[in-house]
Amino acid sequence: MPVTQPTSVEDVANGLRHVGYLPGESTALVSFLATKLGKPVLVEGPAGVGKTELAKALAKFLQRTLVRLQCYEGLDEAKALYEWNYRKQLLRIQTESEDASWRDVQDDIFGEDFLLPRPLMVAIASSEPVVLLIDEIDKTDQEFEAMLLELLSDFQISIPELGRIEARTQPVVLLTSNNTRELTEALKRRCLYLWLDYPDLEHELNIVRLHSPELDAQVARKLVEIVHQIRELDLKKPPSIAESIDWARALLLLGADEIDRATFTKTMSVIVKHRTDLDTVAARVGVKLDSAADAAA
Amino acid sequence: MPPPNRASIYGGIPERAPGGFDGQLLAFAEELREEGIAVGTSEILDAFEALDHVPWTIQADFKEALAATLAKSPEDRRVFELVFDRFFFRAAEAEAARQRITEGDGAPDSDAEIDLETLRQQIAAALRDGSDAALRDLARLAIAALARGEGSGVLGVDVQRIRRALGLRPEPQPELPEGDPRRDGVPREQLRRFEQHLRRELERDLIERTASLPPKRPLNDLDRALPSGPIQDLAAVHRVVAQLKRRLATQGHELKGRKRHAHVDVRRTMRASLQTGGVPIVLKYRPLRPRRPEIFVLCDVSTSVTSASTFFLSVLHALHDAFRKLRSFVFIERISEVTDVFERERDFRAASEAISRDAGVADISGYTDYGRVWTEFLALIEDELHPRATVIVLGDARTNGRPPRDDVFAAITAKAGRTFWLNPEPRLYWNYGDSVIAAYERHCVAFECWRTDQLEEFVKALTRPEVA
Repeated sequence: MPVTQPTSVEDVANGLRHVGYLPGESTALVSFLATKLGKPVLVEGPAGVGKTELAKALAKFLQRTLVRLQCYEGLDEAKALYEWNYRKQLLRIQTESEDASWRDVQDDIFGEDFLLPRPLMVAIASSEPVVLLIDEIDKTDQEFEAMLLELLSDFQISIPELGRIEARTQPVVLLTSNNTRELTEALKRRCLYLWLDYPDLEHELNIVRLHSPELDAQVARKLVEIVHQIRELDLKKPPSIAESIDWARALLLLGADEIDRATFTKTMSVIVKHRTDLDTVAARVGVKLDSAADAAA
Repeated sequence: MPPPNRASIYGGIPERAPGGFDGQLLAFAEELREEGIAVGTSEILDAFEALDHVPWTIQADFKEALAATLAKSPEDRRVFELVFDRFFFRAAEAEAARQRITEGDGAPDSDAEIDLETLRQQIAAALRDGSDAALRDLARLAIAALARGEGSGVLGVDVQRIRRALGLRPEPQPELPEGDPRRDGVPREQLRRFEQHLRRELERDLIERTASLPPKRPLNDLDRALPSGPIQDLAAVHRVVAQLKRRLATQGHELKGRKRHAHVDVRRTMRASLQTGGVPIVLKYRPLRPRRPEIFVLCDVSTSVTSASTFFLSVLHALHDAFRKLRSFVFIERISEVTDVFERERDFRAASEAISRDAGVADISGYTDYGRVWTEFLALIEDELHPRATVIVLGDARTNGRPPRDDVFAAITAKAGRTFWLNPEPRLYWNYGDSVIAAYERHCVAFECWRTDQLEEFVKALTRPEVA
């Protein structure tokens, strides 16, 4: 299978753009370094700025399979690395004839046939290079981070019964975090660091237009401006890029050709998702829309 | 060529760091460490490896490659930007001075050639359109036109003088004619960038004139300090609060995991041991419960500490979910309850305005009177204090010569379960002048609290889970 191997930062930027992801300045550079240096990338930023999307786009651009490990509280090795398929092991022992020696059986049931590979193992053992996404690493506890260290620096996993499994190919690894807790120094040391923030106005406008090209240019600009205004307010959950895109689609479906007070109030719930936030936004931004309309009239 | 003795007055040009480009990078890493970023050897190795793949002639790429390998949190990144600008500016200037390269007189020679009014228009237009390269050139022109030879010697003063001479203001200026780009006011962010350019160019001129680098200034703690005045932008405050909220919302969880506590629940263990004939084989533990304290906050809002207090109060109220009960009081000479203000108003600025308007805490002199405050507080709240209540005082403990009445304060702390004192002054200044923090410190735990990370540590300590 032909695997794309980018040769310059420009390459990566163009490639990502081609698969529908508009990278910011540093995003393309860090992705390029990740493929060159073979180091994992720690991507941090607020929710909904395209951290997971970046991994998907990279996989598409590099023509690799995406292996995803979604982290959550209480995630352990059995669900992340590997597990022995003990039902199968039991069956194997039961079908064994009486006279088979313990030694034969023991060698047999701890073989690769009885191993259930989990995402990290799949990524390591794959014969094709993959993109490994470890999503929301900050949701796990510190022990799990410690377990990742071996994988991230040497790309190998130690299984007591089998020995060491080394990566056959170099995966591109992305870890994402919402920055809800400090990650350990040891983990950060092994990673390149990429901070994704809400994009500036022009960049976001481009993203919105890429995802819903049918939307009128004027409306799109106004939409992005409003979203930026809303982010300035002190909200429980400020709208993300994903929500701007959703809003653009909603406006398209409604056939709105202008964002006035009425449209805004009707569709506001697409971008603002807390009761108290809704009130704040209606009071602060809705009023501005009114006065703007008056000025125009 | 400058006379040698003159160069020595200003410190001259430092020796070039050994080791060429690699040496410069190491010096840069060293400087980052001095500013408190943990840069390990492995990170420096990564940086070198990354630079192999990135053309170092493109400044943006070069900077991003270094940032990705050296600065690994948003806070570090901010410091990195500052240090990067400072370091490479100095390095480039030092090299230029060594090789005696000057900018040449790119700017027109005689003042008469620059029409001041056109220049004003041009600058304002460039500010609005936001082209960085044009701004730099215009900054040079402005200096040539307005600052020729008569610098005050203080860069900041010169910068402001030039800005005023150009008539650039963030506020709209309706008296200007229609079509003037300055009429609607210059965007604040752009103005700040222009001032940066001015400062940089003035600094460059100074280096060329004196053939020596100015002494290196470390980033001051102000860059990291709590907002202490209205100058600092509110966005910074919001960022801090948002992050604190998120951290606090999740911090209970990581501690709730298995095996993090070792308090045996004897009753449940004995109950379980019945199954094994009275032998306690399985130990049962007490669960961890996040502490939800009842909090009484007392904040000094006299002019010396008012911003820190309001900031602290708005942080606490933003986090009110974490507490069972939260009542806040502000004081100067007497106290006044402001719990409703913060429940109504989530905006930091509006809240502080409401407090200064309605609280009515300054009686006559406007100086803090701690003795009177303790007495009033005790009278007001005595019946509600109990061993599970927490009292937090925020103030600089400067009594203005009035009696500290630490006996009344002791009575308050005896009634409450825990008492904390947050002092927005650095520990260095404690007990100097009229500060009597030592008298109060005997009865409570005192923290210094003038940087956001100190505040965060405190809020964490306040809500740390306890064994139920």
